[in-house]
Amino acid sequence: MAATLTQMEGRGTFARGVHPPERKHFAEEASIEVVAPPPQIRLPLLQHTGAPCQAVVKNRQKVVVGELVGKAEAFISAPIHSSVAGVAARETMVTLPNGRHVPAVPIKTDGEQLTGQALWDDLYGGEWPTSGLEQYSPEQVVQAVRDAGIVGLGGAAFPTHVKLTRNEKKPTDTLLLNGCECEPYLTADYRLMVEAPEPIVTGALLAGRCVDAKKVVIVIEDNKPEAVEAVRRAADGAGVQVAVVKTKYPMGGERQVIPAVLGREVPTGGLPLDVGAVVINVGTAAAVARAVVRGKPLTHRLVAVSGAGVAQPKNLLVPIGMTYGELVAFCGGLAPNAARVIAGGPMMGFALGSLDAPVTKGTSGITALTTEDVRRSEETACVRCGRCVDACPLNLVPTKLAEAARHQDWDVAKRYHMRACVECGCCAFLCPAQIPLVQLIRMGKAEMPRD
Amino acid sequence: MAETTSETKKKPAPEPEPALLQVVASPHLSSTAQTTQRMMIDVLIGLAPVLAMAVYVFQWYAVVQVGICVLCCLAAEALFTAWRGRHLSLGDCSAAVTGAILGLSLPWSAPWYVGVVASFVAVGIGKILFGGLGQNIFNPAMVGRAFVMICFPATLGATAYLLPEAGLRVVTEATPLTAAKQLGAATPLWPLLVGTVNGSLGETSAIACILGGAYLCIRRTASWEIPAGVILAVAALGGIANLADVGAQWTVWHHLLGGALLFGALFIATDPVSSPLTPRGKLIFGIGIGVLVMLIRLFSGYPEGVMFAVLLMNAVTPLINRWTIPGPVGGPVPAPVGR
Repeated sequence: MAATLTQMEGRGTFARGVHPPERKHFAEEASIEVVAPPPQIRLPLLQHTGAPCQAVVKNRQKVVVGELVGKAEAFISAPIHSSVAGVAARETMVTLPNGRHVPAVPIKTDGEQLTGQALWDDLYGGEWPTSGLEQYSPEQVVQAVRDAGIVGLGGAAFPTHVKLTRNEKKPTDTLLLNGCECEPYLTADYRLMVEAPEPIVTGALLAGRCVDAKKVVIVIEDNKPEAVEAVRRAADGAGVQVAVVKTKYPMGGERQVIPAVLGREVPTGGLPLDVGAVVINVGTAAAVARAVVRGKPLTHRLVAVSGAGVAQPKNLLVPIGMTYGELVAFCGGLAPNAARVIAGGPMMGFALGSLDAPVTKGTSGITALTTEDVRRSEETACVRCGRCVDACPLNLVPTKLAEAARHQDWDVAKRYHMRACVECGCCAFLCPAQIPLVQLIRMGKAEMPRD
Repeated sequence: MAETTSETKKKPAPEPEPALLQVVASPHLSSTAQTTQRMMIDVLIGLAPVLAMAVYVFQWYAVVQVGICVLCCLAAEALFTAWRGRHLSLGDCSAAVTGAILGLSLPWSAPWYVGVVASFVAVGIGKILFGGLGQNIFNPAMVGRAFVMICFPATLGATAYLLPEAGLRVVTEATPLTAAKQLGAATPLWPLLVGTVNGSLGETSAIACILGGAYLCIRRTASWEIPAGVILAVAALGGIANLADVGAQWTVWHHLLGGALLFGALFIATDPVSSPLTPRGKLIFGIGIGVLVMLIRLFSGYPEGVMFAVLLMNAVTPLINRWTIPGPVGGPVPAPVGR
């Protein structure tokens, strides 16, 4: 399906980038399954970009689904709510997939709570209004989003109410809903668009009211024709447009999707707000709708468990706080030749050393890869072929950056704009010499002096 | 050098089957289409039509010359790498490529020791001394050739190509460029295209070079911007020279099809290690080579200038890289705001 854009300034794609194998076939046909609450969950008190929460429940306190567990005082923060009914226990420590150790509140599941189809209906089913949303003022919407603890569900977990708070100095004219899901294997957003596009549209309209957007556009890659159909039907007549863009990695990045749809470049070190745009994930939009229209906090999220390394790839509706291991077990366990389990997608996700970590608001998927999938040739010397330069979507020179990082040459690093790198992985994906470019650049960014 | 991978073996807690979980940095997928070795083999495949034409035109001389150079380059790499105490990597075929290009750039009549010396200098000084694969500034084959050109001038000079009483007809005539420079004669275009003229082993057949070069450009093993720049510059300057002397028999087409231009543009200049990194840089590099080739051909005592042009532009490549640092999408990184 060709890229189709109506009245869009962009040309439906961006320069450079790569085409990793999509491998969506593992899980794209699997309807979303609701996972029953596990015997215990652990809620990390930091599940978002920003300041950690403070626990407000005490040991042996009874909690219900949706009860406030961690309160957020700072502006760039988001409260945390319980995803099960049960009994809270003493605070403990957990290790998140990115290596951070954070405090967490364990809750032993006990008592009445919605499960199965009833839970699905409560979260995504039923009627979702596309008109009459003027009754919610922008301030009400932002407050509801904040109280519900909604953060970006695309993976960055940035507190959404901050994004939706109107900025007088930087007006917005377009709200983009990111349904691109450009990472291989991941299919959670896709299934949401196919099975429940209505809350996405409602959430899009509500978010659009907050930022006073003149245009609200849902962006989908052209490898998801079913999703485009479903969303188009739901958005018909609601004042929300659908833009279909070319499938390329990393189309889902805001620095690529905004040029593709709107033809505007996001300034390095800046935000989409600097060019009059706000981007939120389609899953986040559905959560916004749920928070405003039904008054429900963020307690569950969709997680795609995919890859040849898991016995039965599935798309799951998961209570936040379940462990990765429990989800993998729900999908039949790891295959005998599983080699790597990744939190997120294979291009930018973190490899897990232990499946004991809890699923957080930022967990978009679990990718299990086999030894064949991750096989690489030996690393050899860079022959300056320039493939990394041809691939980098931000027009950087990754081989020079990696060399500078290896030799701690910060002059070269600055001259070649090392801090502009977003670590998308296009360069390392293509490198014929199998040089770990992203790892070296990440190292360099961490060690580079601040100035 | 920092450890780049680590594997931790742990039993994940709730799993019934034990699994070895690797902990490695992203990205976890890798394009299997290209490796460095595959790129080198591509160059050898691209050289196949050139070698075939060379054998057809120069027969046994071509086989001997290229054979000596390839063997000596491999031997030199093995010797010098072992000397440095480094791990042997002949399998990556880069030495074989250097040998093939070097052999094809020599005249049919060069004695065996020319090939041997050129090979050892090409690999030893042109590559290993700089630090091995990926570290050299100059094209190794051209370094070797330049060395023997200065050491044994008679064996690589214009007279070396010519043997009026030879059984092989093609070597009884001067090379097209020598004929143009010294006798003012213009070889017809068809033999230049096909390759039935005198010259270095690989340079004679324009068709063979174009076929092999096109293969390399399509495979992205060679960056098309480089030969594009070379041909553009030669066409422009040759066109100007043509306009200045309308009646001349040696036209811009002769410049493009004759001599080592196409061989140099498609196989020598496109060596990725010694050429710039960015598309814009590669174009500038190609144009520079084209300009220098024309200057040497038109105004110097040498009939052909590809080797010197490539070496000179190799020297300028670090500067070109510096001049063509691309601006990131979204502009340069802003200076940190003082707090």
